Amino acid sequence: MYQHNDFDQAFLRNRNAQFRSQVERRLSGSLTEDEFKPLRLMNGVYLQLHAYMLRVAIPYGTLSADQMRVLAEVAERWDRGYGHFTTRQNIQFNWVALTDIPDILDRMAEVGMHAIQSSGNCIRNTTADALAGASADELADPRPYAELIRQWSTDHAEFQFLPRKFKIAVTGSPEDRAAIAAHDVGLQLVEQGGEIGFRVLVGGGLGRTPMLAQELRAFLPSAELLPYLEAILSAYNLIGRRDNKYKARIKITVFEHGIDTFRAAVEEQFAKIRPAYTGEDQALLAEIAAQFALPDLRENLAEFDATTRAVDPLYAAWAARAVTDHKRADHASVTVALKVAGEEPGDASAAQMRALADIAERYGYNELRITHSQNVVLPHVAREDLPTVHAALLRAGLAAANMGRLGDIIACPGMDYCALATARSIPLAQEIAQHFQTLGLEEEIGALNLKISGCINACGHHHLGHIGILGLDRAGAENYQITIGGHEGDKKHPAAIGEKMGPGFAYEAVVPALERLLRTYLDLRNGAEETFLDAVKRLGLAPFRAALYAEVRDAA
Amino acid sequence: MSRTHAKVVSANDLRAGHTVYLTSNGGWSRYITQAEVITDEAEAQLRLLDAIGHATVVVGAYLVDVEPGSDGPKPVALRERFRAQGPSIHPSKQTARAEARHVSA
Repeated sequence: MYQHNDFDQAFLRNRNAQFRSQVERRLSGSLTEDEFKPLRLMNGVYLQLHAYMLRVAIPYGTLSADQMRVLAEVAERWDRGYGHFTTRQNIQFNWVALTDIPDILDRMAEVGMHAIQSSGNCIRNTTADALAGASADELADPRPYAELIRQWSTDHAEFQFLPRKFKIAVTGSPEDRAAIAAHDVGLQLVEQGGEIGFRVLVGGGLGRTPMLAQELRAFLPSAELLPYLEAILSAYNLIGRRDNKYKARIKITVFEHGIDTFRAAVEEQFAKIRPAYTGEDQALLAEIAAQFALPDLRENLAEFDATTRAVDPLYAAWAARAVTDHKRADHASVTVALKVAGEEPGDASAAQMRALADIAERYGYNELRITHSQNVVLPHVAREDLPTVHAALLRAGLAAANMGRLGDIIACPGMDYCALATARSIPLAQEIAQHFQTLGLEEEIGALNLKISGCINACGHHHLGHIGILGLDRAGAENYQITIGGHEGDKKHPAAIGEKMGPGFAYEAVVPALERLLRTYLDLRNGAEETFLDAVKRLGLAPFRAALYAEVRDAA
Repeated sequence: MSRTHAKVVSANDLRAGHTVYLTSNGGWSRYITQAEVITDEAEAQLRLLDAIGHATVVVGAYLVDVEPGSDGPKPVALRERFRAQGPSIHPSKQTARAEARHVSA
């Protein structure tokens, strides 16, 4: 893991002192709210419906046991005892006081954490495959590049006032676990003639105008990453729109100019910028990369995983969903679901955070990851420790085995917290998960991604859900639109944006509609091997639309 | 539509961030039941201007459409009803442990 050096520590101290002074000046009235707002946003501070919210960056979703413990401490000392992990691998505290935030930031800086650029029209936290550096199918670890991007983009003078926010995701594996097609820039490590480089995508994004990213470069030598990113940002900064907030994202720039014109603009900038990079970035990258070496993994391990699977069906069911193959066959990565039916998706209590930190410290080489599906990963666990880890997770209430199933719902905070929301997301997610668990259908339904957004900004990525739900306010009542067929993209299916089915449903009508939809899938599928998404591709949308609207009285 | 509705002035507490409502004595309350209900549009604008002046006490003052009622004003908009009531969910993190026992049983 990357350890902050003296420069990073001094930078955070100065930045926090600067923000403390800005808060003081706001409280005394020498800064107006209009002056203060962009300053607080650049430090992750939002004002939501009921309180201030602090969004803490978890760069590329990686954190240590000690960092997780400090998050638990923040939750307990300054919030209401819990935090909310987000689809961008960050954590949000929903109930902090503005007057406490400078102290919170100082405490976090002690363990190398911060909230810088977790909001505002700048380059946000670079996200990465949550299994980076561990998974068996990986070409190369994307995190050193993500860290390089973090250092380059933090406080980058040219990119502090972009037309709009800018999100980069990077994956090192052919299996895209970072939803790179839904980002402003998506980077995928690829190999060409023995050389490592990037396939560069640009112009993806969800929100009110969902678009999938297009290929800007099939192969970019890895040494040219920063000058090329700088060229993309410069081209966007020059021709991106600032006249209309809703047309300011790079996806609109690429769409309006066309990918070829945009590529030409990038290449023109690149020709100017490239000569300025004379190797310092590569020297820095080498220093960073050394810190991401695989931990010193234990050897000569026992076969407890296989033997326990054979005798303990509960463990076997959990392991089948939670355990992913590791680079080293005697190790594995463990996904911990923060999606217990009836709980808030992505939330973890301080006690759960500490339990995760303890497990990571004892069995996980001190490392944790946050996934873009709002779950937690222990990237390196010896297979012989898996049964013990499972028992520890059970005690912490964290052993749900629903990863990739209906209950593994991604939901934005929605109307219960968010100032932009038009409908609730979390209670709907809770009701859906509980309903299908009560029916006992979750396992039978099998692989299914259900994603819920509480407004058109699509923080719950509903466009990419096999089933997507978008909550709107229709004449003072919550109304939910259902989309079908969305997909983040993997080796089997390319990324796709779901199709809207028809009129929305009242809050109470959503669960019955989903039950009709999913029972129809169970009736029509070619055996349990055919997933919901496969069935939609084979049969088309018509039978599913008919099922949704079979009870016209339910349609609001 | 909004012209026909009574108003209350709402904002967020600058320091703590919670939702507050302007009371008839010019103070701020966390409870909408204690808010001053203003029926005259011009008066509402004056009260709002006054509230905006409380810049070191509250942030983002604005007018909220309400229906007056026997148990206090009720916001018209869905969003404002949530602001007045607080979240519809109250995370306890206790059921997670109960669920874990259920799963392991």
